[in-house]
Amino acid sequence: MQTGWIPLIPESASTVSGKVDALYFYLSGVTVFFTLLISGVLIFFVIKYRRRSPFEIPRPIAGSHKLEMLWSVIPFLIAMSMFAWGAQIYFENSRSPKNANEIYVVGKQWMWKIQHSTGQREINELHVPVGRKIKLIMTSEDTIHDFFVPAFRIKADVLPGKYTNQWFEATKPGTYHLFCAEYCGMNHSGMIGSIVVMQPAEFDNWLSGNASQQSPAVAGQQLFQSLGCVSCHGANGEGGRGPGLANLFGRKVSFTNGESLTADEAYIRESIENPSAKVVSGFSPIMPTFQGQVTPEQLIQIISYIKSLQVTGAPATIAPATAAQSPTAASPAASATPAK
Amino acid sequence: MAEGLAEHEASHPALQHHFENLEQQREAGTLGMWVFLVTEIMFFGGMFFAYTLYRTKEPASFASASNHLDLTLGAINTVVLILSSLTMALAVYSAQIGKRINLMVCLTLTIVLGMTFLGIKAVEYRAKYDDHLIPGKLIPGRPFGPEVAQHGEPYDKHKLHLLPGAEVKKVEMFYWIYFAMTGMHAVHMIIGVGLLSVLLFFSWRGRYGPEYHNPVEISGLYWHFVDIIWIFLFPLLYLLGRHLEHL
Amino acid sequence: MKPFESFELPSASRVNYLNADYGLKSWLLTRDHKRIAILYLGSISAFFFIGGLYAMFIRLELLTPQGDLLASTTYNKVFTQHGIIMIFFFLIPSIPATLGNFLVPLMIGAKDLAFPRINLLSWYIYLLGGIVTIWALLAGGIDTGWTFYAPYSTTFSNSYVVATGAGIFITGFSSILTGLNFIVTVHTMRAPGMTWFRLPLFIWSLYATSLIMILGTPVIAITILLLAFERLSHVGIFDPANGGDPVLFQHLFWFYSHPAVYIMVLPGMGVISEIIANFSRKNIFGYKFVAFSSMAIAVFGFLVWGHHLFVASQSVYAGMIFSFLSFAVAIPSAIKVFNWAATLYKGSISFDTPMLYALGFIGLFTIGGMTGLFLASLAVDVHLSDTYFVVAHFHYIMVGGTLLAYLGGLHYWWPKIFGRMYPEGWGRFSALVVFVGFNLTFLPQFIAGYLGMPRRYHAYPPEFQVFNVLSTAGASILGVGLVVPFIYLLWSMRYGKRAEPNPWHLPGLEWRTASPPPTENFLETPQVTWAAYEFAPPEELQVIGKFKDEGVKTSG
Repeated sequence: MQTGWIPLIPESASTVSGKVDALYFYLSGVTVFFTLLISGVLIFFVIKYRRRSPFEIPRPIAGSHKLEMLWSVIPFLIAMSMFAWGAQIYFENSRSPKNANEIYVVGKQWMWKIQHSTGQREINELHVPVGRKIKLIMTSEDTIHDFFVPAFRIKADVLPGKYTNQWFEATKPGTYHLFCAEYCGMNHSGMIGSIVVMQPAEFDNWLSGNASQQSPAVAGQQLFQSLGCVSCHGANGEGGRGPGLANLFGRKVSFTNGESLTADEAYIRESIENPSAKVVSGFSPIMPTFQGQVTPEQLIQIISYIKSLQVTGAPATIAPATAAQSPTAASPAASATPAK
Repeated sequence: MAEGLAEHEASHPALQHHFENLEQQREAGTLGMWVFLVTEIMFFGGMFFAYTLYRTKEPASFASASNHLDLTLGAINTVVLILSSLTMALAVYSAQIGKRINLMVCLTLTIVLGMTFLGIKAVEYRAKYDDHLIPGKLIPGRPFGPEVAQHGEPYDKHKLHLLPGAEVKKVEMFYWIYFAMTGMHAVHMIIGVGLLSVLLFFSWRGRYGPEYHNPVEISGLYWHFVDIIWIFLFPLLYLLGRHLEHL
Repeated sequence: MKPFESFELPSASRVNYLNADYGLKSWLLTRDHKRIAILYLGSISAFFFIGGLYAMFIRLELLTPQGDLLASTTYNKVFTQHGIIMIFFFLIPSIPATLGNFLVPLMIGAKDLAFPRINLLSWYIYLLGGIVTIWALLAGGIDTGWTFYAPYSTTFSNSYVVATGAGIFITGFSSILTGLNFIVTVHTMRAPGMTWFRLPLFIWSLYATSLIMILGTPVIAITILLLAFERLSHVGIFDPANGGDPVLFQHLFWFYSHPAVYIMVLPGMGVISEIIANFSRKNIFGYKFVAFSSMAIAVFGFLVWGHHLFVASQSVYAGMIFSFLSFAVAIPSAIKVFNWAATLYKGSISFDTPMLYALGFIGLFTIGGMTGLFLASLAVDVHLSDTYFVVAHFHYIMVGGTLLAYLGGLHYWWPKIFGRMYPEGWGRFSALVVFVGFNLTFLPQFIAGYLGMPRRYHAYPPEFQVFNVLSTAGASILGVGLVVPFIYLLWSMRYGKRAEPNPWHLPGLEWRTASPPPTENFLETPQVTWAAYEFAPPEELQVIGKFKDEGVKTSG
């Protein structure tokens, strides 16, 4: 970028970006090859067989099944190689890794509101350490947005009323573009920001330098009390008239109507906004709806609190990532080896 | 209509100038109607898709809303339409064998049955209006807002009885789809009645006979198609999910 | 349409469809497919001009990164309206409604389309839809993007969404009626001896296009209807705040709008098949493969809409299926390209303007098609979707493909349509200018896209400026290349050299009648005994029927 040459590919700064680039080069190579092949053949034929006398009539050629087969099967095989390669990278990355740090992203016209699981809030900026898997849990307050980081080759729509995930692991410190890639109205092109990738040590400094605000889980716990959830679900989510919430996240829940599903963000949100939609077996539909009483951000906080109840009876304080990672941070290893 | 006849002098007056003969004209007309009906299927298909999607997503709300529809009137209307298809088929038959009076009687009966259907539909719409079930703010000053029956309250046909898990908002969605689908169907019925009235006029003038009756045939196709749409709408909107009433 | 009145009569008093009758009324109430084609040609050109004007503003705005020429709200309207006008009012009707309308009966040896009145009605519907849309644009415009994504379009946009939607809804019926007319005409009105496999490939491609028109257009109609009701009533069918699903809208929208891409490009492929075969005097290589590939595209085109939703929270498995199908649909297009190239082999190739456009088409369509594979590939599409790469890709198909084919076809059949030759030198010159200008406009956008420049951005980070400057420079060249034909074609309508019935010496039925043809196309019903592209010495290519210079009977 700094060489004065016009760059042809963006900076490659995540664990997937190299893989996507490799496929991109393959696709570009095939494209250039076929474009040159076709134009070469056209130019050659057009010159060689140009009309020499106004009324000449060339001998008709009906066609050739062999050739048709050849140029159906070969392009098909090439297309399938592209499909398989692209699908493989996509499939590998579709599932977020379990041990990722979670960061909450809320898009609204026309800004990105971001909160770390340790409580730090940022707007239009996201600080992340190198070499650590980061999972973004994203939702929108209004229309559809799209969280796009070209340097990481990642992009996902941010939808209202739904939670979408994507993850990345940065490999190179630096500041990268964050774009909203789904048209969202007047200031769509202003809904941009930057991703600041730092060395883990620097990142820890940054974390501690940013007077840690309440973590979303703690805020969620307070909401849990102030909204009166405690009266049925128990002070620590142990349950009562309502089902217990400890260890709920990721567990299979079955309902009175015979259906069942694995509890995820969308389910918890639905149960808060529309409790009667899915009533847990053995309970009655007595919970009032909280639709309109909690903002999307507060919803995220409550969800994050419920998620933090993974260890039975544990209080809502989740071990901050900084504490857990400090030994690694202290080590001088600057190379981007992922922690575990 | 009869211009450009220079080359086929001895032809039927209904033959249009750009066709070689009546047979070709008939074929074109019939195929044209079939192609048109295919587009109609796609048109209604979009709504059936939306219906299926939300029905699966919100079975309880859709069942509660469906329970509120008037099953008797819906069933009567189904019978009315099936009868009208019968009279329409008889009209086509009469045209083919050249029975002018029979054709006119059958067309009149079909029109009357069609109007009956529309009348009953209007009564149903009126009841929905009275119960504040017109979705959104489509009617100015009368937004969607039915009276919701309390849990365990005795049945009142003017109130919305919600099944467990049902929500008023989703009931509104049902009514939205209900009005979109039955409304579009009614528009098609009105067009059909218009078509048949034109046919009635021309059959009074004696235009259709054994050698030329294609307009009657293709209008018949259209009429049967509109009936079939209803045959799908009736169970989907009125019947499906009724068994959930006693959950 | 007035100018034709002042025409000198071609060759003494020979009566043709242009001079058979005079006056505005004779045009506005005509049921002649050829006159309706001219009505379409006029109105489509007007819309193309409006859409081009918007394009000019887009390119000027993007010359600098700051977004200083237009306010962001204006810019958003400009790109939306560029898309809506170009797609719904130019690209979709362009080739079918003008060239198709004019040529389908001529090529199959019929007197007219099966339903002439429905044909005229379709033009009025098109016009009505156009007027409603233009009214909406003048009243305040629309800023949702041509894709109308909910919930932005239903809840957040403060613009004329419903009015514009009504315009598009209405216009949709014109395209349904055109498709219906073509299908019935091809099935029932072919001249004796004109079997399915003797049909010119342009007819096959229009037949495939018509299938998409009648199957797809009703779905966009109902989708727009749902969108309008949603916007008016806020029941929430697409609005997550009320339990609806915004992605449902995207599914319904793309179920039509992806096949719509094939509505735009298939007729273009048909035109190119005609030009390539006729200007190299060779029968098309692998006729049946080219014909059936059109049908395959029409069918498979309905199964790939989900590739527009790879980043829209679609399930991983749905994504993989749609990706697979999208790769599969590329094969019929590849088959066409190879067959076109093979047709040239041992041909007698001329370099007339239509051929230059056709050769340009093949090159640009190859690039457009191949870059489509990038977007069908899941992992790469995640990075590329909604960037300028997509913009470049579909312009290569829509402009490099459809527009070039349209211009090529217009030049090719111009002598038949107006009975006059266009100036060949100017024709070749502008074909070249269009080709150069087009590549300069859109090639840089591929790179800007991979670098990450998102589409629909009013202002952008400065590192993308170099690509945008190149693009704007190219667009000015392209603009010149499009204005020049506009001028000389209009000029040639009056001053061009008179065209013979068969100026290119071709075997097609449309060349075996006078230029311009008489109202009933052929003086006697043709008996077809030859296959398409069966070339013969000029003396064997007789005009059907006896055209006398004095007083040939025509209908009034």
